[in-house]
Amino acid sequence: MVRLTLSARKALWAYIFLALPLLFFIGIRIIPTLQAFQMSLYDWHVQPEARTFVGLGNYERMLADQRLHQAFRNTLWYGLLGVPAQLILGLAFALLLHSIRRFRGFFRAVFFAPYVAPAVAVSWVWSLLLSPHLGIVNQVLHWLGLPPQPFLTSPQQALPTVTAVVVWQFVGFHILLFLAGLESIPRLYYEAAQIDGASRWVTFRYITLPLLNPTIVVSLVMATAAPSIGMLQLFTHVMNLKFNDPGGPLGSTLTVVLYTYQRAFQAYDMGYAAAIVVVLFVILLIISLIQIRLTSREVEY
Amino acid sequence: MRARAVTVFSYAVLILGVVPMVFPFVWMVLTSLKPFREIFSLSLVPSEPTLANYVLLFSRTMFPRWFFNSLLVGGITVASVLVFDSLVGYTLAKLPFPGKRIVFVLILSTLFVPTEMLVLPWYQMSAQYGWLDTYWGILFPGLMTAFGVFLMRQAFSTLPDELLDAGRIDGLSEFGLFWRVALPLVKPSLSALAILTFIGNWNAYLWPLIVTESQAMYTLPVGISLFSGEVGAQWNLITAASTVAVVPMLIVFIIFQRQILEGVVRAGLK
Repeated sequence: MVRLTLSARKALWAYIFLALPLLFFIGIRIIPTLQAFQMSLYDWHVQPEARTFVGLGNYERMLADQRLHQAFRNTLWYGLLGVPAQLILGLAFALLLHSIRRFRGFFRAVFFAPYVAPAVAVSWVWSLLLSPHLGIVNQVLHWLGLPPQPFLTSPQQALPTVTAVVVWQFVGFHILLFLAGLESIPRLYYEAAQIDGASRWVTFRYITLPLLNPTIVVSLVMATAAPSIGMLQLFTHVMNLKFNDPGGPLGSTLTVVLYTYQRAFQAYDMGYAAAIVVVLFVILLIISLIQIRLTSREVEY
Repeated sequence: MRARAVTVFSYAVLILGVVPMVFPFVWMVLTSLKPFREIFSLSLVPSEPTLANYVLLFSRTMFPRWFFNSLLVGGITVASVLVFDSLVGYTLAKLPFPGKRIVFVLILSTLFVPTEMLVLPWYQMSAQYGWLDTYWGILFPGLMTAFGVFLMRQAFSTLPDELLDAGRIDGLSEFGLFWRVALPLVKPSLSALAILTFIGNWNAYLWPLIVTESQAMYTLPVGISLFSGEVGAQWNLITAASTVAVVPMLIVFIIFQRQILEGVVRAGLK
């Protein structure tokens, strides 16, 4: 029997422990990622015989696809409306929570609660609340003396309404991150600022914001591109928040992911769908990198 | 005086903010207790509360099956994630071996690939191997997660090496060290991972929607989506269905609040 040194034995065990997981990560994550690229070059069918290689044909098709352009425009709007809303509300409520002593944990939990609820159920409940004629939101507007709104049934209002529901569901996540960020800033800085007679705004601008920078980066990237909560990857809410067809009215709420789903699994146009997600993937990656680059600055005090 | 005014202002805004967060849940539960003729009435509280909607849901639809499917898929996924993610996390944190950086980068890179990209090849795979419309088909993509690997690696890296060396001197095997010495010391991270994984699974929609075909295989979100579309105007049934999906998660959240919130923060800010 060969006697192994301790470090060789550790390495051997490391490989044994990693064998199955590596197989998984390569087989179920890495290879499928590459395969998505491959699929985008084909008129793809489940049966290998039926596939034809089309090169960049699917990408060319995207240039003339008006519905896809609408999906991309909408997705951009979801990001432009939803990301700042989540960050600003998240930071504002975190600051409020940070300024109180009692019931902080209670409020934090209440704001976070929607995050744990299934998006499908949340979407249906909000669909009913926002129903133009019978929904309670319009009743509240009526009590306040305001005119009723069409919300999800109007091509103009549907997208902002969907955004509002998504922000409602995930803002607690950002509050939680910001609050943790605020709590990690040493009291010392604030005490020093107070002695120097700094105003609240100056304290916020020159102490809180710079020291919160790492949290802001995380929050920004998550709100934009994190799986299931990123504004550029909406699917479940748009699929279920509705009174008519998914993506409606008139395609005004259609997202890139929903369009991909429709192409791939309703029209079985899988090669084209693959080309779309490849483009989306590249865009998400570039945006995340830009965000990290632009916002991460090392802060030294 | 000024500090006091600020505090009063904070509480006022927070209380104002709590109303829209809580109201949809309260309305959902109360509407689910209304008989059909009362569903559009303005009063929030049902005049004759009834469980008829739930009885109907559980006796005349496939709801019990969907509920069971979600529990089963969630349970198996959590078990697998706990074992494998912590095993990989431990190996990366505590065992030196050639090629560690490559393994690390390999797993890290999978974090950036969006699910909507992977579902296409997963569907192809499932069609090829006959996994469509099976439990295995629903759960195989989630058996291990890069997120969990990093969470656990972080947790294990805080353990002192001397502890493990002491175990080695006592003659424990490498697996024994992991299982009996290291794992019990990271219980808080394990429970956070378990709960977050379960919530994620319970709420998962895109892949289960794609891979399931027969109603008997639907998970709860897929079932609710379809069911709510069918019963359209019967708000009492839609809200009852939603309550069945939401309330268990809220209860889990209330019980494990500390672990969940800490887990999210640790994962987000590390």
